Amino acid sequence: MSHPSAAQLAFPKCVRVESKPHLFCPGCGHPEVLKAFGFAVDELGIQKRLAFGVDIGCSLLAFDFFNIDTIETHHGRTVPVMVGVKRGNPHAISVAYVGDGGAYAIGMGSLLNAAIRNENVFVIVVNNAVYAMTGGQEAPTTLPGTKTITTPYGADNHYVKGPDLIRHLNPTAWVARGITTRQLELRAYMKEALAFVKENRGFAFLEVLSPCTLNWGTIDKPNETFEILEHKMAKVYTLGRF
Amino acid sequence: MSEKRFLMGNEILALAARAAGATGMYGYPITPGSEILLWWAKEAGSEKGKKDGMVFVQAEDEIGASFMLLGAVLSGQKAFTATAGPGNVLMQDAFSMCEAMRLPVVAYINQRGGPSTSTVIYSQSEVNLTAFGGNGNGYRIVYAPSNLQELYDYGIKAFNTAWKYRFPTFLLGDGYQAKMMGEVDIYDPHERGVALVPTEKYLLEEKRDRPIDQVVPTPEVHIRNQDGVEYSCYRNCLNLEEETLQVNMEIKHAWDKVAHEIEEHETYGDPHAEILVVAFGIVGAAAKQAIDQAGGKARLFRPITLRPFPAKALRAASKGAKRIIVAESAIGQLSRLVKEELYGVTDAPMVEYHRPSIGISAEEITRLITELPEV
Repeated sequence: MSHPSAAQLAFPKCVRVESKPHLFCPGCGHPEVLKAFGFAVDELGIQKRLAFGVDIGCSLLAFDFFNIDTIETHHGRTVPVMVGVKRGNPHAISVAYVGDGGAYAIGMGSLLNAAIRNENVFVIVVNNAVYAMTGGQEAPTTLPGTKTITTPYGADNHYVKGPDLIRHLNPTAWVARGITTRQLELRAYMKEALAFVKENRGFAFLEVLSPCTLNWGTIDKPNETFEILEHKMAKVYTLGRF
Repeated sequence: MSEKRFLMGNEILALAARAAGATGMYGYPITPGSEILLWWAKEAGSEKGKKDGMVFVQAEDEIGASFMLLGAVLSGQKAFTATAGPGNVLMQDAFSMCEAMRLPVVAYINQRGGPSTSTVIYSQSEVNLTAFGGNGNGYRIVYAPSNLQELYDYGIKAFNTAWKYRFPTFLLGDGYQAKMMGEVDIYDPHERGVALVPTEKYLLEEKRDRPIDQVVPTPEVHIRNQDGVEYSCYRNCLNLEEETLQVNMEIKHAWDKVAHEIEEHETYGDPHAEILVVAFGIVGAAAKQAIDQAGGKARLFRPITLRPFPAKALRAASKGAKRIIVAESAIGQLSRLVKEELYGVTDAPMVEYHRPSIGISAEEITRLITELPEV
């Protein structure tokens, strides 16, 4: 994959400049995910049609990232709220922005059923394999053996693969997994998914592997951050379209 | 066109929502309220329903249903849900959020036995939950109808009240009323001179009649402008105690301004009778019969809104009463509200007749009126 140009790395137009610098930690992956999303919104010219729902947790800090109609929902409830927005206003392009805890633990019932019903919403799950905002507890995505503050002896052997699950439940949904370190690919995914829901073609689901330098304990160790993200995580959580 | 029809309570409620102009129903099956869902499922899928843009979603659970409803209201849809008992418990999560942002959701609650799963049949034990549920301060409107006609009348009114005042609004019925059949007058509200209050989009509204921050508490909404376009961001997560104080005080202020306009009650019987019976809902209907049976010894005060509670009217009614009887199919949920409002106002002793999760007949109340020793 070629390197993005300097112009491509600048801010998207729909970004709320006044809110920068953003609220995320240094080295956090969220701004990368949001930037890719913002560029896709610009390219499709859908800023005024978007309803953007953010979950509780670090995803919440996206609330002032854009000039886009936004709703801070409640932990795990972003998917049903954005389903309601779309059902109530078919013209809306409805996006749910959630973390792996919000999507795969507390909000799992709503997420899977939205996929089963093939709701016309785009769900973005930022997977950093940890509960970050609350201080680093185990998430359903925490990999085996990982020490977190609620798995002081190492996490067990079970973890959830979201895109696989969604694909299994909904054969016609748009499903992919990206990673923050492949910005152009991520942008392409965002654009495809947004176009998919814009055309009311059904459920769109993108998981993005994303670093949490604070809770991974790598805030001053970028090499280690990339090592965990690109090798440990991406090895287990396969990248690409599903 | 007005017509007399023989219908079940739940069908009446389904028709009331339709007559009020609702186009969205988000629910999860639960006895004793499921027929409301069935009616909407059928109507929404019909040719007429599709033409009118009706939406029915059977959600994964009551949490999903209530948050979908919240989303639909944000999108400007006139929408509602219906639930009972444990479903009402789960929905408090969303109703709390609606309270914080002053979102006009409407929910028809048909109380079933409690606590927990209990029976699917009947109680009056969802008063606390419906009026004060969630982690807020109970700024919700609760109508308690007492007969089938009122299910229709207040079923329509709930939507107008919700959208006029922007507080979560509940119709608190019960399993008996939900499953009962009888004759009701089904009418088009316009023909009765009742104008329907229009909805407004919270999200993706292009032109507002009034600024949204005059409705939503200030810290809960951010308005942004870019290239002449206004973008709204609604916040449900605040950083500071001062912000939450402001939200709560703004909600309280808005409530205090309008509560007296919303309060409703009914009095029945000789205003000089020395015994005052307080009862609501279907027990209120039984109490009315008891007033007749007791031949002038007692009178009734029936709160129609349990929240805001018609406090001033109750205090006035308590004047001259030598005894107050509170009858309810729960333990103290109504009488607590009554005591709170009558504190320091009357010396009359209070008889509390608590029959949790079981019906109360007119004869039982008559006996309370006639057989208790003279005061």
